[in-house]
Amino acid sequence: MSKESFKVKVGLAEMLKGGVIMDVTNLEQAKIAEDAGAVSVMALERIPSDIRKDGGVARMSNPHMIKEIQDNVSIPVMAKCRIGHFAEAQILEALEVDFIDESEVLTTADEHAHVDKHPFKVPFVCGARDLGEALRRINEGAALIRTKGEAGSGNIVEAVRHMKMITSQIIELQDADLSKKAEEFRVPLDLVEEVAKNQKLTVPNFAAGGIATPADASLMMQLGAETVFVGSGIFKSDDPSERAHAIVKAVTHFKSAKDVLAASYDLKNAMKGILMSDIPEDEKFSNRGD
Amino acid sequence: MIGVLALQGNFDSHIKILKKINLKHKLVKTSNDLISINGLIIPGGESTTMTNLLRKNPSLVDGINSLAKNKPILGSCAGLILMSKESNDSRVHNFAFLDVITSRNAYGRQVHSFESRINVKDGSMKSDIEVLFIRAPKIDKINNDVEVLATYKEEVVAVRQGKHIGISCHPELLNETLIHEICFKGKHEVS
Repeated sequence: MSKESFKVKVGLAEMLKGGVIMDVTNLEQAKIAEDAGAVSVMALERIPSDIRKDGGVARMSNPHMIKEIQDNVSIPVMAKCRIGHFAEAQILEALEVDFIDESEVLTTADEHAHVDKHPFKVPFVCGARDLGEALRRINEGAALIRTKGEAGSGNIVEAVRHMKMITSQIIELQDADLSKKAEEFRVPLDLVEEVAKNQKLTVPNFAAGGIATPADASLMMQLGAETVFVGSGIFKSDDPSERAHAIVKAVTHFKSAKDVLAASYDLKNAMKGILMSDIPEDEKFSNRGD
Repeated sequence: MIGVLALQGNFDSHIKILKKINLKHKLVKTSNDLISINGLIIPGGESTTMTNLLRKNPSLVDGINSLAKNKPILGSCAGLILMSKESNDSRVHNFAFLDVITSRNAYGRQVHSFESRINVKDGSMKSDIEVLFIRAPKIDKINNDVEVLATYKEEVVAVRQGKHIGISCHPELLNETLIHEICFKGKHEVS
């Protein structure tokens, strides 16, 4: 795939900046999300908190459900494939979803390799906990990086950890031996050099995993995220539509505490959330994929 | 000083272009941010999202309307849709700075997005520039007083009416400065 086509993929990620991407499980939720000002919806059968609760193997969503949403909203529609499951990705591309999330929220299909994303026309977003992971995904062809956070937890702590880790590791590149870093990250030197020089990933950098309130969204934006994904946080709350509107407003005006306050003022209860210490290590979504 | 509407969208790539042509910029999120600017960019992004945020802020809409009376406005992609008099989606706000009818996502979903060259013509100046069409709209109808500024194949992809310019694609994502120069440094020079 040529450099030009890669720019077309990153181009859509650029359009999504300063916005909120919302997980939705049916058409009704997709319409609520669009009406509230979502820049995109992620169509999936079960939101992460339910995947966590239900157990079993989590796969790509039923194409029929994705298609129904595509046919009825005008904003871009994303869908998830399992890590390494390139056949699911091919199906999602044939369905013409606008972005594929190769996601740790679904059960891993290949423990040794992610999807080779270069041959695809559809852009991919991938999760990362640190700079090495982000660069490996970009090197495989990801057009957008998001923090992994801990999906379905309603707990922002992991997204904060991952965003700060990536940011600090980019700063550290200024005084580092870049060849050693490239070796450590298992990516080509020129990619590391470009990130060191621009002090920025080569693709947009969004936040995901555990965002439940306007304040969480503002926090992630202030930490350097360019857009936020909200998964379980909206439709597991007591007031999905109001909360969706509020988080959209908080992202646009993230620097203005008064606006974030106004957005937060009349909301009911957020999702309950889970402490990281209550999730066994082997059940953490963020440990999937490297 | 040029304002860049920063409710949502690719405002930072437009800022990069303004820096490249030595124009100062300011992010615009509220009506107060419109003070002392000499022009405005409405970037690409999602027109439904921007409409939603504009409707929550009537003073910003009023401010942009009065700015447009004597200062140039440049809209790309979603910005073009918002600037048009009418679009095929009644949910989207129309500032009506350009007497054109637009249709959203007219080339299809993201897998149909593409890179191409467009032909720009401004008076005796002719130039080809590189652009990206990202889930781009089309300009279906042009009314009186609207000039064609650029074409792709036979289609009109950029128009000008008075000081205002609307373009359906993204020169700014490929570091092309020409359209911004025409809008803010051309016939209607600003500082």
